[in-house]
Amino acid sequence: MNIIKFLDEFTSENLSAKTSSRREAFSTLGSLGKKAALTAIPFGLATSSGKAFAAQDQNAAIGALQLALTLEYLEAEFYLKALNSGVLPGGSKAEAIYEQISKHESAHVEFLKSGLGENSIESPEFDFTAGGAFDPFNNNGAGQEVAYAQLLALAQAFEDTGVRAYKGQAGNLMGTQFLTPALQIHSVEARHASEIRRLRADVMGENLDQNALGWITLDNRGPGMPEATQAVYDGEENVVQGGVNLVDATAFGDVAVSQAYDEPMDGQTASNIAGLFIVS
Amino acid sequence: MKKPMIKVQQEYSASNGNNSSRRKFLKMGSLAVVGSGFLLSCSDDDDLMDPVDRGDVFDLGSGDVGILNYAYALEQLEAAFYTNVLDGSYWMNASAEERLILEDLYKHEVIHRDFFKAAINQAVGGDTSKVLPELEFDFASVDFSDRSSVLGTARVLEDTGVAAYNGAGSLLTTPDYLVIAGKIVSVEARHAAAIRSIFMDDPKAFAGDDVVDENGLDLARSPSQILTAVGDTGFVKTQFTANQLPG
Repeated sequence: MNIIKFLDEFTSENLSAKTSSRREAFSTLGSLGKKAALTAIPFGLATSSGKAFAAQDQNAAIGALQLALTLEYLEAEFYLKALNSGVLPGGSKAEAIYEQISKHESAHVEFLKSGLGENSIESPEFDFTAGGAFDPFNNNGAGQEVAYAQLLALAQAFEDTGVRAYKGQAGNLMGTQFLTPALQIHSVEARHASEIRRLRADVMGENLDQNALGWITLDNRGPGMPEATQAVYDGEENVVQGGVNLVDATAFGDVAVSQAYDEPMDGQTASNIAGLFIVS
Repeated sequence: MKKPMIKVQQEYSASNGNNSSRRKFLKMGSLAVVGSGFLLSCSDDDDLMDPVDRGDVFDLGSGDVGILNYAYALEQLEAAFYTNVLDGSYWMNASAEERLILEDLYKHEVIHRDFFKAAINQAVGGDTSKVLPELEFDFASVDFSDRSSVLGTARVLEDTGVAAYNGAGSLLTTPDYLVIAGKIVSVEARHAAAIRSIFMDDPKAFAGDDVVDENGLDLARSPSQILTAVGDTGFVKTQFTANQLPG
């Protein structure tokens, strides 16, 4: 079976060749954060090629877990700040959902730090405005309504990215004790993604829109999602699994077939997306 | 060497069919037992010689093909369940959102089922004697006119799917299969969250503390745990064995 080449795209070789230290890599990502001030720059396209994610070790598994920890740091801080922002309606279903997700993301941070031990990395400094492109916590005068929309949109982008990024690292964790826990985190991220997507749909009154359900249709980012988030969804339109074209092999079209499978994301793309929100 | 053979016992009384007790039964770890034709003997020893000869009873097989057949069995179960849901009066009269969600789940599970049939055929070079046959199911214990019965069963099946794929990933030896399992399990988890969200009152139920532990980790169960639980539901009429699966 000839399915994907993702293993080639995130090998330890790439990591060691392109990045000599975490500090250097994060300073690279830091400059990306500033570039992101241009709203026109979409997620994942703000960097030139050849800038790999920060990995201190050549071991692919450790690199995979460090990428995971970076994404978890980003999510954990995002949800804590969201809950403290006053943007979520007090006592609302949305607030309860953010509380539950926040609890999990903070737990994932601790779990991965402890799993990585001496290979653990410290949290980068995040800027959830992406250099002024967003104002999800309503700190810069966007207003409650705009901030809330961005709070939901960023959560969806982070969760859908998390699902794809963990999936992209599964091969690097094969044969290690970390594979099963990583899968267990991965499916929690998918539960989060489903709920955030459905919450957004409810808030927008779009819960009968195929592009706003708990699963991803083709490469549609969904109604109301900023164009800058398109990199999160590119490639999700795939309908060929294990060499089998499932539109031809089943009674269903590309909408249902693409929904039925989430696609992996390589480490480079995931770190580029995270990099938009990393200052240093 | 003979393997231990477990015949799942009937413990669930058909007369005990009110919804609250069914829901209780349908929790992971205490799945409803509604009769069974399912033979299970997963072994934790390493001896994979000589599967017990059961005549025409299919054995899932060993290695990656065994795990693929195992996943195929679970996807057949889910697909058959949602096929029944869409033929039932609850779905026909449900709210537009619930109809849409369940119709999507039906499509996704049928697509997963048909994928595994094709993929396993490919993996065994077209030797259909190694491909799990089409199973027969008995959903007499589900009331397809009743919202709680339908959504409660859907919840168990989706959470079980998540636990099964999470537990089977480390048993796969082919990276491509691991990635495909990963592509499917996250969609099962999206399903589970949506069903829980519309069915359970708790706004945190989509990833509730009953399925996600204090480390933020989802369910993961071994094939033997999953097959025992599935056998206990009584939904699977066609007997098959899992004599050579690890775990």
